Amino acid sequence: MIRQSAAQMAAALSEGSTTSVELTQAHLDQIAAVDNNVKAFLHVDAEGALAQAKSVDAQRKSGEKLSPLAGIPLALKDVLAQRGVPTTAGSKILQGWRPPYDSTVVTKLKDAGLVILGKTNMDEFAMGSSTENSGYGPTFNPWDLTRTPGGSSGGSAAAVSAFQAPLAVGSDTGGSIRQPAALTGIVGVRPTYGAVSRFGLIAYSSSLDQAGPFGRTVLDTALLHEVMAGHDPKDATSINAPVPAVVAAAKSGDVKGMKIGVIKQLQGEGYQKGVQARFDESLQVLASLGAEIVEVDCPNFEYALAAYYLIAPSECSSNLARFDAMRYGLRTGDIDGASAEAVMSATRDAGFGREVKRRIILGTYALSSGYYDAYYGSAQKIRTLIIQDYAKAFTQADVLVSPTAPTTAYKIGEKVDDPMAMYLGDVATIPVNLAGICGMSLPAGLADEDNLPVGFQIMAPAMQDQRLYQAGAALEAALLSQWGAPILSKAPALAGSK
Amino acid sequence: MALPTYEEVIAKWDPVLGLEVHVELNTHSKMFCSCATEFGAEPNTQTCPVCLALPGALPVVNEKAIESTILIGLALNCKIAPYSRFARKNYFYPDMPKNFQISQYDEPICFDGYVDVEIETEEGPKQFRIEIERVHMEEDTGKSLHVGGATGRIHGADYSLLDYNRAGIPLVEIVTKIVPGTGKYAPEVAKAYVAELRDILRGLKVSDVKMEQGSLRCDANVSLKPIGSDVLGTRSETKNVNSLRSVERAIRGEMIRHAELLNEGKKVKQETRHFQEDTGLTRSGRSKEQAEDYRYFPDPDLVPVTPAAAWIEELRATLPERPSLRRKRIKEEWNVPDKEMEAMINADVLDIVETTVLLGADPTKARTWWLGEISRIANDQNVAVADLSITPAHVAELVALVAAGELTDKLARQVVEGVIAGEGKPSEVVAKRGIKVVNDDGALMAAIEKVCAEQAETAEKVRGGHLPAAGALIGAVMKETKGQADAARVRELLLGHLGQA
Repeated sequence: MIRQSAAQMAAALSEGSTTSVELTQAHLDQIAAVDNNVKAFLHVDAEGALAQAKSVDAQRKSGEKLSPLAGIPLALKDVLAQRGVPTTAGSKILQGWRPPYDSTVVTKLKDAGLVILGKTNMDEFAMGSSTENSGYGPTFNPWDLTRTPGGSSGGSAAAVSAFQAPLAVGSDTGGSIRQPAALTGIVGVRPTYGAVSRFGLIAYSSSLDQAGPFGRTVLDTALLHEVMAGHDPKDATSINAPVPAVVAAAKSGDVKGMKIGVIKQLQGEGYQKGVQARFDESLQVLASLGAEIVEVDCPNFEYALAAYYLIAPSECSSNLARFDAMRYGLRTGDIDGASAEAVMSATRDAGFGREVKRRIILGTYALSSGYYDAYYGSAQKIRTLIIQDYAKAFTQADVLVSPTAPTTAYKIGEKVDDPMAMYLGDVATIPVNLAGICGMSLPAGLADEDNLPVGFQIMAPAMQDQRLYQAGAALEAALLSQWGAPILSKAPALAGSK
Repeated sequence: MALPTYEEVIAKWDPVLGLEVHVELNTHSKMFCSCATEFGAEPNTQTCPVCLALPGALPVVNEKAIESTILIGLALNCKIAPYSRFARKNYFYPDMPKNFQISQYDEPICFDGYVDVEIETEEGPKQFRIEIERVHMEEDTGKSLHVGGATGRIHGADYSLLDYNRAGIPLVEIVTKIVPGTGKYAPEVAKAYVAELRDILRGLKVSDVKMEQGSLRCDANVSLKPIGSDVLGTRSETKNVNSLRSVERAIRGEMIRHAELLNEGKKVKQETRHFQEDTGLTRSGRSKEQAEDYRYFPDPDLVPVTPAAAWIEELRATLPERPSLRRKRIKEEWNVPDKEMEAMINADVLDIVETTVLLGADPTKARTWWLGEISRIANDQNVAVADLSITPAHVAELVALVAAGELTDKLARQVVEGVIAGEGKPSEVVAKRGIKVVNDDGALMAAIEKVCAEQAETAEKVRGGHLPAAGALIGAVMKETKGQADAARVRELLLGHLGQA
């Protein structure tokens, strides 16, 4: 049952062939069986999940009209506030904090009857690409437990990949949904900036952060996307416009006559051979389905990584200032006679990890008077140039494509001491965040050299998220018929897995 | 060396001012969340995830606060920016939940305005133009109470209590350009400017403007330069100036303090100083010699403020008359003596009196009622005049009844009591209480005869031509008729009765 798609589970629920309680329990059992090895979850809320499942079952029994995903279990990235449930953003500084309020995403999930199984592991404050920066230890890739699942939403991706949940919520500031989706062989979407409310999403970089869905199929991802998205008056940057018809697009995948632009700068040198090969094959599949493949030039993408590593740290240096031991979270050094300043300092020293400190220091420096124009100011200009590159490219193509990540999943510890190597892994995903547009990663097969999943990235203009699903669903269907079975069926079985 | 006198200071030095006024807006909710803003609530009862800066919470701009700020800008003759942004001012302090303050930095919403103020001088009234650099929006911080330690400040305190009710209250900061050329009048000009601002803001109804509650706070920058010099001196910034009188005292005190240092060849330190209400002196605060780096940058959680030109014009059309001009006009139109004018302003009854006049009452009568009997009752009940249940329409009706001879002034006072006691409008009180002027000459004559018989000696004096003695008899008749008689008619009848008509 747990290996089905969310859409299949939803059908079974509405037919009455299973209940949400059964489904929830099955996933809790799978978590109990495999999470000792995968470590996708920071907190499993069995009690809360079963209570919600029971309530949805009762509603269904009484004939209430339920939303399509009512009763389906889901894993929630620990970056989203959930009332009464420990929420840490992967940081020691928030250990034990239980929010007194729900994030808007959580409210929407609850209202739609989704069952939140628990909170998933992540790089601390979403800063990282491997989930190794979590204050609570890394998550392991279900395809190979010696490798990382990517990050920062590595816990959510791993949970879906290991059948601990059919769906998960992540957040994507520089690729943190798409890259782990690629590395674990699932689908992940970063919606248009402003499409999903950030209220209750613990901020890393406010102008880049966006929550989004994970699923094992394009349709499942669309179903969750539709639940999460929508205008929220509590988020000033939320877009007040109808949610794009992503579910309809996922159901009618078609690329006939669609112009698909291959970004010259995001392929070739620096990309693993097997990654490039699967990407090229997918392009041929799309062409065979009637798409017109064109090459587009985005010359300023070369500076995207540099701009990102000025803007995101700058914003985070300010966003993370609130963690000061005064109102919630960790407090250390509060000994007799210690000043408030000393307590703040000791707490921040003890509570933040190395990468978080590195980015706070970077950002503090970049915003300093005398350096602001050269660093933050220049980065904003590059951001504008990247937006212009995309705008031009979208006059030549309906969607743009690239490999999601330059490599397949790497070994735990491999890049921990080389931040630049780690940062380069986001080279293909970061431009989407800088421009505020939307992007999807879906499985394109396994790399020949290591038999690990490769992600195919599709990008569309702001609030044209349905194009991702329209193209993604077409490619997914064609690849599935080539492979004969979902890609996850090729993953080695996890010990104890149901 | 003794402190120089003020006269010695101004003989040698020319003061330059700069005034920053913070105004708490009276919006129902905070600047970036929907928490209440009531003054004096229990600590930390008016807070939410947003103003406590809980992880994940986001600010959303209060539209009403933007409207109020634009109104202030327009009233101060400012230009309104079609595009402005909020910035984050980053610094750590326990009473600031986010450890950054959302403010406006290089893109204020209003800029380049002015206010003209007038002060009385020995040479007659003198006008000064105070130029406004900018008017911008920001949020207030919480309040810290430092317990233990000698100074009440964070250093040396045993512990501190934090109240976040004030955190996020909308603040508007009004910053002047440097104000040169005020010479010896600098303290008075500054006071007049803050008073004018207070009146303008009160007229706009955008703030309580209560300096004692901190809803209007003034920081005064003062520097001295030698008379005739173009080179600005080093300034000090005095904070916590919480009354109009203190503005004047603080500036005067700082001028003397600076002059003393400069006369001795010492340097004025660029620093923040705290005004001491009890001594009128300032105390050194934090040094500003090394400018703090606030790492301002545009707040990515908020979108730019882009008021439509049509909306700005709509707001402009609603601007009330400038309070100082209005006072001038009223004083002339109604021919009000200075003292009375001041009394009306101090009693805050100008609006009420004007409305009463607009409803047809004679200005002098209207003013007398509101400042006299009604203010007295308000005082007795320890409430504001405006909080009594008597309205301008009631007073206008009352004045009309007196003018028509249906009430005497004395009876009218009973009617006022009745109205305030909730017995209805004046005509209803008259009917209910059966108050009416005695116009029946027969009844009056009976009373006059009775009084003349009782006070035969006095009556004889009047009969003999000693008219001042009639007063006692009239008084007795009025008493006899319980004040319901028209005193003029009583006098007429009495004098006739005693052969003096």
